Amino acid sequence: MQKYSIFNLVKNAFSNHENWDLAWKDPTPKEEYDVVIIGGGGHGLATAYYLAKEHNITNVAIIEKGWIGGGNVGRNTTIIRSNYMHDENGLFSEFGMDLWRKMSQDLNYNVMFSPRGIINLAHSDAQMNAYARRGNSMRLNGIDAVLLNREQVREIIPMADFSENVRFPIFGGLMQPSAGTARHDAVAWGYARQADSMGVDIIQNCEVTGFDVVAGKIKGIRTSRGNIKAKKVGICVAGSTNILAEKLNMTLPIETHLLQACVSEPVKPVLDNVVTFGAGHFYVSQSDKGEMVMGGDLDGYNSYAQRGNLPTLQHVLTEGIAMMPFLSKLKMLRTWGGIMDMSMDGSPIIDKTHIEGLYLNCGWCYGGFKATPASGWTFAHTIAQDRVHELNAGYSLNRFSTGNLIDEKGLGTKTWIS
Amino acid sequence: MLYINCPHCGMRSQNEFSYGGDASVKRPELNKEVSDQEWDDFVYNRKSLRGKHLELWQHISGCRQWIKVERDTATHEIFRTFKADEEVA
Repeated sequence: MQKYSIFNLVKNAFSNHENWDLAWKDPTPKEEYDVVIIGGGGHGLATAYYLAKEHNITNVAIIEKGWIGGGNVGRNTTIIRSNYMHDENGLFSEFGMDLWRKMSQDLNYNVMFSPRGIINLAHSDAQMNAYARRGNSMRLNGIDAVLLNREQVREIIPMADFSENVRFPIFGGLMQPSAGTARHDAVAWGYARQADSMGVDIIQNCEVTGFDVVAGKIKGIRTSRGNIKAKKVGICVAGSTNILAEKLNMTLPIETHLLQACVSEPVKPVLDNVVTFGAGHFYVSQSDKGEMVMGGDLDGYNSYAQRGNLPTLQHVLTEGIAMMPFLSKLKMLRTWGGIMDMSMDGSPIIDKTHIEGLYLNCGWCYGGFKATPASGWTFAHTIAQDRVHELNAGYSLNRFSTGNLIDEKGLGTKTWIS
Repeated sequence: MLYINCPHCGMRSQNEFSYGGDASVKRPELNKEVSDQEWDDFVYNRKSLRGKHLELWQHISGCRQWIKVERDTATHEIFRTFKADEEVA
């Protein structure tokens, strides 16, 4: 594989950049693989990469219905954080933070990781108390957390609404300084390029139509490009999880919902951090191009449409304008939607299944992007060793029937019903 | 914008409604022994169909009645609506 470096950049400039190697190949599927990963999103690509890198398993195929980077890995708002209260989520995400910090070097691909800090705003005394508790839980797990009062928040984001007579005054906030953003497409492309160079077949435009299960053991998959035998199969398809589960006669604690995001026209640098509104569901950061990147609530009903409706967008942006009034002056540049695998407690599932050799990675809700490296790392471990790692032991499929839920937000079972 | 034909009030915009999830889920019968699996299926497990989906909505800013809506989860098209106690063929 051609290394990306300043020297190669200069060298290729002499030939008008026409002689770069392809970043990854376009192979035809082989008859059999040791491991087949269904889903060429961030998590699937990362899984294949860590299978090769950490477990030396390279006879691997990624089967992708569309194209690399066309799903949620290209549709999210690029936020990376580990500001969770529960041990399972905190330790898992903080392990991921470490992988994020090393990612550009590790992949030889600039993922533009920018640890610019995230601030969750508080709008009441009770919320300040809850944030103090969450911050303390984070620090006990080795995650950085700083509780900010109103004046400290004002110093960092003076453009927020600090006037006296607002409906939701800013009391303070909880900040994780090491949180941030990264270039989402680069994450997908970087993992794809490295996985490909280690022998992984990335097979695009190939839809899985069925599974071959014999005597409780996975034997292979059926696809739109023929049958493929496999010793092990990992499902990593986010919003399409229920569609594949139906082909396996499985019913999962997952519903597929639609989440929208949008960006404004680009403006000069105004916002250094990621900021979330505490009296609703709205978050904003500024991209390197200058666009304000914004998102919030689900559309609220089951959907596979990958495009949303305006009422939710209006609701979300109303919250945004309440938090930062200057946003009302900006023009909207783009809106889009992605389909989320909403789990019933808001936490993911990375586990084995009742079928031998079949593994499941789903339930990422709104938080899939930041989990990309840790999800791939632990899923690769679970597949290669045929047992869960201690980092994903809590993300079991049976926790719903045993009552060991990880309800980070304390919202109960249907997290999208607010 | 979705337009939902409330069987009590007529055609209204989605802003007046709130969503209540899969309408085909049945609570296990009262006063009967319920297995963990049955309870699990009732509380947590969902088919989340792609295509025609029968679901509950509440006309919360209207007549406040719960209704059933048959809707396509891929295209957002709404085919039929029913009163909550109406049997759907």
